[in-house]
Amino acid sequence: MSLFLKYREIMLGLIVLVMVTGISISTPAFGTLENGVGVLNDTAFLFMMALGQMVVILTRGIDLSVAANLALTGMLVGMLNQAFPDLPAIVYLASALVIGCGLGMINGSLIAYLGIPPIVVTLGTLAIFRGMIVVVAGGDQVNASEMSSTFAGFPKLEFLGLSSVFWIAVLVSLAAWFFLSMTRAGRGLYAVGGNPVAARYCGISLTHQELMAYAISGAIAGICGYLWVARYGVAYVEIASGYELTVIAACVIGGVSIGGGIGTVAGTLLGALFTGVIVNALPVMQVSPFWQMAISGVVILAAVIINARAEGRGGKLILPEARRAAARAKA
Amino acid sequence: MSHMMIKTDRRRLLQMIGAGALGSTLPFGMMTSANAANLRIAMVVKNLGNSYFDACRDGANEAAKELGGIEIIYTAPTKATPEDQIAVIDALIAQKVDGIMVSSNDANALVPVGKKAMQRGIKVISFDSAIAKDGRIMHLNASSTALIGAKQVQMIAKTIKGEGEIAILSAASTMTNQNSWIAAMKDELKKPEYAKIKLVTTVYGDDQDDKSYREMQSLVKAYPNLKGVISPTTIGIRSGAKAIMDGGLTGKVFITGLGLPSEMKDAVLKGACDTFAIWNPVDYGYAATQIMASILKGADAGPGKMVKMGRIGETKVGDDGEAAMSEPFTFDKSNVEQFAKIF
Repeated sequence: MSLFLKYREIMLGLIVLVMVTGISISTPAFGTLENGVGVLNDTAFLFMMALGQMVVILTRGIDLSVAANLALTGMLVGMLNQAFPDLPAIVYLASALVIGCGLGMINGSLIAYLGIPPIVVTLGTLAIFRGMIVVVAGGDQVNASEMSSTFAGFPKLEFLGLSSVFWIAVLVSLAAWFFLSMTRAGRGLYAVGGNPVAARYCGISLTHQELMAYAISGAIAGICGYLWVARYGVAYVEIASGYELTVIAACVIGGVSIGGGIGTVAGTLLGALFTGVIVNALPVMQVSPFWQMAISGVVILAAVIINARAEGRGGKLILPEARRAAARAKA
Repeated sequence: MSHMMIKTDRRRLLQMIGAGALGSTLPFGMMTSANAANLRIAMVVKNLGNSYFDACRDGANEAAKELGGIEIIYTAPTKATPEDQIAVIDALIAQKVDGIMVSSNDANALVPVGKKAMQRGIKVISFDSAIAKDGRIMHLNASSTALIGAKQVQMIAKTIKGEGEIAILSAASTMTNQNSWIAAMKDELKKPEYAKIKLVTTVYGDDQDDKSYREMQSLVKAYPNLKGVISPTTIGIRSGAKAIMDGGLTGKVFITGLGLPSEMKDAVLKGACDTFAIWNPVDYGYAATQIMASILKGADAGPGKMVKMGRIGETKVGDDGEAAMSEPFTFDKSNVEQFAKIF
């Protein structure tokens, strides 16, 4: 099984490679180094958001409020910038992290301490966060011309030709890899998602693990909130609307099991890269906009079907007739 | 025996639900006659948090103040979808407002709810983005569709000196106003003076900043000789302009279209956009409210009739039930900073 999991990431990596090569041959404009850099910069948000979502999905949860968290944090940081335009960029980034983490803890507390199903809690907070954007800003938006140059310039800083957003995504990925594979708390997330009862018997606190997962997801959404608002130069109620679905899709394509306990940093990053290549390639290939959505949907379904088949853990059959039937079906 | 019990229970439950539904409709009917003194006009726009529509609201409030005895209810869904907008209008019908002015997210999807409102004596007009003919009394265009389409082609032709490849960056492919402007642009492009301008494609940014930005980047990659982009949407033009500036394409590719001075100031001053146009949204909200007020006072706004728009003047309703307010107004380096302070 674990051998196959490793295989699957290599397989996904190969699929992305084949796809990029194929597209580059048919549309040379896509195969340039410059475009590759563009795709990585554009997908940087998805890398980070998908990793945050993966941490939550590992615990058998789901966080539908990430895009709303991103938008609300972005608006709050944008307003902070209006009030104090001369702060260094790192202060905005840190504030975004704290605000996002706080919003995530709201989700985490409701889920961990009150035991409300994650899909219900985060659906509720999704609406609350979006609504709060209109309330805190009084229905206004923050425009590029109202942002200070340090605030708006930070996501455009470049190192080795790649934007600071991409490098932050690299840092987040390394931190996520270290946390999930090297620390007790990180391993605990897999235990809690894989078998909550056994995890409890081992002395792992379900409550703490869940609270932590949503706090991490929120903090990442918060960081992305600042970077998004500064990069696109506008904060208002509708930014990143519907983005949570893209994020979840990237996780699923990357082999994260919605049932919890299964998922790797490498797989999730590849899932996000796959999604990023698709959304960037279709317009360059001059595919009709009417087909683009349908094609993206088909690709997601195909990936999920492949994953589901690979995961296929049938339950244990205990009735003799059922066992015989299964044996017959196999033969 | 137990089977019988269940049956009766289910029937009783149905009766209770029926009575509840009946009971809940009654109070609405009673509530309305109480507050007839003040006219309540709802302005339903595409989505909240859009500064263009906030400016329309300011105009509506100005008209309400001027006329007196009018309360403006400014509302919209948070997402620009027809489903959410129908829910908002349904709620207004339940509140028994006197008039509803709508900028629709889908011409046809809003017809049934518009009809429903009119059957209950609520006057419905549309502005900005039309509801199809059967769902409203009249539609007020900011300008005529032909004028808006022509203006944008004239602007890009002037910027690129009448020669080269251009593309259109629109909002969603289902939006009525976008599609009729694009059709008007194509008509204008048929004129001989634009013979050297080639429209290569139309792409859709769905009025999302990130998608519009990405579509703009892709346009440049897919069409290396592209010289101009027309974006007849405030979100498309601002994100497109940002993509031009971020991508170091200023001076190579120019964007024009319909934008807001406050959002386009940087792009114009930095040279990513030469000229852009829009009507004054404050005037637009003002004119729509003036027309609604006169309809509520008994004026006929049917085809062929003249309707009054207060300080803006009057306009004639065409055979299709549509009227035009005025010409679009152009902004460039000389006036963008002054208007950026207003909207």
